[in-house]
Amino acid sequence: MNFGIVVFPGTNCDRDCYYVIKDILNQPVRFIWHRENDLKGIDCVVLPGGFSYGDYLRAGAIARFSPIMSSVKEFADKGGLVIGICNGFQILTEAGLLPGALGRNRSLKFICRYVDLIIERNDTPFTLEFKKGEIIRMPIAHNEGSYYIDDISKIEKQVVLRYYGENPNGAIDNIAGIVNERGNVFGLMPHPERCSEKILGSEDGLRIFKSIVRSL
Amino acid sequence: MRTREELQRISMTLEEYQLAKSLLGREPNDLELGMIAVMWSEHCGYKHSKKTLKLFPTTGPYVLQGPGENAGVIKLDEELALAMKMESHNHPSAIEPYQGAATGVGGIVRDILAMGARPIALLDSLRFGLLDNPRTRYLFSGVVSGIAGYGNCIGVPTVGGELAFEKPYTENPLVNVMCIGLLNGKPKSGRAVGIGNSLVLVGASTGRDGIHGATFASLELTSESIERRPAVQAGDPFMEKLLIEAILEALEKSDAIIGIQDMGAAGITSSSAEMASRGGVGVEIEVTRVPQREKGMTPEEIMLSESQERMLLCVEKGREEEIRPIFEKWGLNFAIIGEVIEERVVRIKENGRVVGELPTDLLTEKVPAYDLITEKPKKLEELHIIREIPRIENYGEILLRLLGSPNCSASNWVYEQYDHMVETNTVSIGTGASILRVKGKQYLLGITTDGEGRYCYLDPYTGGMMAVAESARNLICIGAEPLAITDCLNFGNPEDPEIAWYFVETVKGMSECARRLNIPVISGNVSFYNESENYTVYPTPVVGMVGKIESIQTICTPGFKKEGDTIYILGEPGNLGGSLFIEEILGEVRGRPSFDLELEAKLERLLLKGIRDKLINSAQDVSRGGLAVALAECSIWGNLGVDVSIETEKTPEEILFGEGQPVVIITVDQEREKEVEEFFRDLPIKRIGKVTGGNFVIKINGNQLIDLDIECIKKVWSSGIEKWMG
Repeated sequence: MNFGIVVFPGTNCDRDCYYVIKDILNQPVRFIWHRENDLKGIDCVVLPGGFSYGDYLRAGAIARFSPIMSSVKEFADKGGLVIGICNGFQILTEAGLLPGALGRNRSLKFICRYVDLIIERNDTPFTLEFKKGEIIRMPIAHNEGSYYIDDISKIEKQVVLRYYGENPNGAIDNIAGIVNERGNVFGLMPHPERCSEKILGSEDGLRIFKSIVRSL
Repeated sequence: MRTREELQRISMTLEEYQLAKSLLGREPNDLELGMIAVMWSEHCGYKHSKKTLKLFPTTGPYVLQGPGENAGVIKLDEELALAMKMESHNHPSAIEPYQGAATGVGGIVRDILAMGARPIALLDSLRFGLLDNPRTRYLFSGVVSGIAGYGNCIGVPTVGGELAFEKPYTENPLVNVMCIGLLNGKPKSGRAVGIGNSLVLVGASTGRDGIHGATFASLELTSESIERRPAVQAGDPFMEKLLIEAILEALEKSDAIIGIQDMGAAGITSSSAEMASRGGVGVEIEVTRVPQREKGMTPEEIMLSESQERMLLCVEKGREEEIRPIFEKWGLNFAIIGEVIEERVVRIKENGRVVGELPTDLLTEKVPAYDLITEKPKKLEELHIIREIPRIENYGEILLRLLGSPNCSASNWVYEQYDHMVETNTVSIGTGASILRVKGKQYLLGITTDGEGRYCYLDPYTGGMMAVAESARNLICIGAEPLAITDCLNFGNPEDPEIAWYFVETVKGMSECARRLNIPVISGNVSFYNESENYTVYPTPVVGMVGKIESIQTICTPGFKKEGDTIYILGEPGNLGGSLFIEEILGEVRGRPSFDLELEAKLERLLLKGIRDKLINSAQDVSRGGLAVALAECSIWGNLGVDVSIETEKTPEEILFGEGQPVVIITVDQEREKEVEEFFRDLPIKRIGKVTGGNFVIKINGNQLIDLDIECIKKVWSSGIEKWMG
């Protein structure tokens, strides 16, 4: 399983994802600078969290114009796996690879803390290691994580993760993570790379990466 | 000749001007005078503190770099070293809280970067007025958002610090930011060496922002200060993130960079003069080569601009092109603005024409160092007397009042706005000291900041000792061996003899304690003139400390672990001097804080051993709010109750709310009581009760004084800040 982690100017969770994939899961992984366009040999593209282009204008709004994004689109169209975490999720919606948009948190404040989540689908390549309906814990860390879409009925079947109990950011229908119709592009606000080791308080995130590895 | 008024605008006295003139041997022109004024400002020149700071112990077996560079550095093991530094951004935050705090973060991060280290964590020590004041709430929320806005974006986790809310900080909040970073091998230096080598300005372009910020920071705040808002710089964290990555990539791929220097207060002037001074050389700068974002800037504006996110490099001549592509890849300026020259002067050219030239040492070593005129405040003795304490009807209610005070309560309103997890090293935060793991290593790091203005106000020598001791004790309680100190000393106007006395006594106390506990001070910062028309801040030293935990197995945390564990206190609680209790009950800060340095040294040594030997299940330092508050926190964190019963000759309030130090609460397995008592036989040790699954119950001399439900305690404690901030 070859992972490629895209680095935009301002990305800051790239090295965290790299560590989990390389040092915890022992999978081959490389960084891909946003100006590159070659995804040869990559099985899964990771768009990590951070503040690409400083989140200026709107989170993810500038990054979607980076050269690598047209390659990511092609890659996804061919069925390649793409996971966008936090800012990566924002970029995927901006780029039209996932429906909907992410707005400011209801509190208008940055929120960094663990939240409870419920697994709505375990038939995606990203959630094979979970049970449907299982409650897990992962941290969120974002300013613009309030998912919104005009017609929720259109994506009802694409919801993979929902906030369970408290909705931290005002997301519509408690949505925390969705896939595209085909199921090979996944965007989520929580940070699985931050909870992939016992020493950090939870290993629930590691199961997402493990699912990806198992899916191939 | 310049008039007094003219000089006052740039915070210079006529005497200083005359001294500068005689050192120079002629009248300085406007550009030169501007450069002298910023370098001779208190903020850059440390002219009122230099002599006193020599009291600090600065050496030790782990020290790779002591004071004098961008940051101090200690050795962690054969390959890794840690850079640390704390700095204040008080004045800018008082008038423009968001940008003031944000650029404070930016500056300290570049100091760490200048040592060649990757910044891995930030801590913030914040002091404000009382939250019932709307302006305080504006300042508080602005500062917190500023720290969050900047720190979160650059991907450096904010993992700790502390908060206090006291009246003297109403108009002049304290914003002290600490950063630590990791580097492999030898630290970099902010030195210019090698005649002919290039001076390269990297990062952002230079604008007209922050001109004379350093002189502004060296004045008291007045109602006109708000008009100096243009002296506050604006930060661009995105640019800073690019700068971090570009510098680290350049250092990894090339050894052409000889020296690195942050460009902070006094901009190009101070960074070039400091680099030249450390290298024993001169520098020549062509101002037209400085990338500018505004048209028509004068040489003076360029030399004094405090535009953020810039650094100055000394690069080996002829090898500039090796690293230029790295900076260009990250979209940053890479401008060769000058070179190292033999003659020890800072020479400024505009289109090849010399527009200013000053001896390097006139801007650095020869900045005047004043002897402080000190006088012990007369009111002090009277302040040591505690008036009669009214009869307490309900101790539980007092405890809840203290726990619900923003000075003791939970701080998640603050730290949940900070990304405290990025970099995936954060193991524990929110208690006395935070814990970070170091990837690939068995050991972990403990970090803390501490400093109680109230204690120093009542007794600066003792308060200074306590600031150091409490930081150390916080580290010991998590199982970390303290390694080094960085500090921020926040005081009023040092030309006032009483303030000067406070400053000197505080530094003496800190030095004495640091020496006794063998913890060197390796970097720091002094902030004077923290006063306004109505208030002078408490003399407030803030100590930042880093320690090393042997392994994950020897981490200790303060929360109670299990029902049935026996609770002991080490040390002797009982002194109400300077306590929060007195302030709450009497509405004033009074009494004399007490501290026993010899006991501290003994206690720390034994306690660390006890933790490493796994004798102890939890350890908690008793400080603000006293024993009752400390026990309540252990209950909250462990979600367990207590049944405590203390026999004493002191009053219940002394025992429950006294803040004399050192006192530590520990819990141990019931079966090991004998062993523990034997282990700590050289210390005052008292068995006070049990951890239970029930209520929070405290009896003194057989009288049940407190009986509270844990959920109720938790609720009050968690809403202390939120009830004001929403």
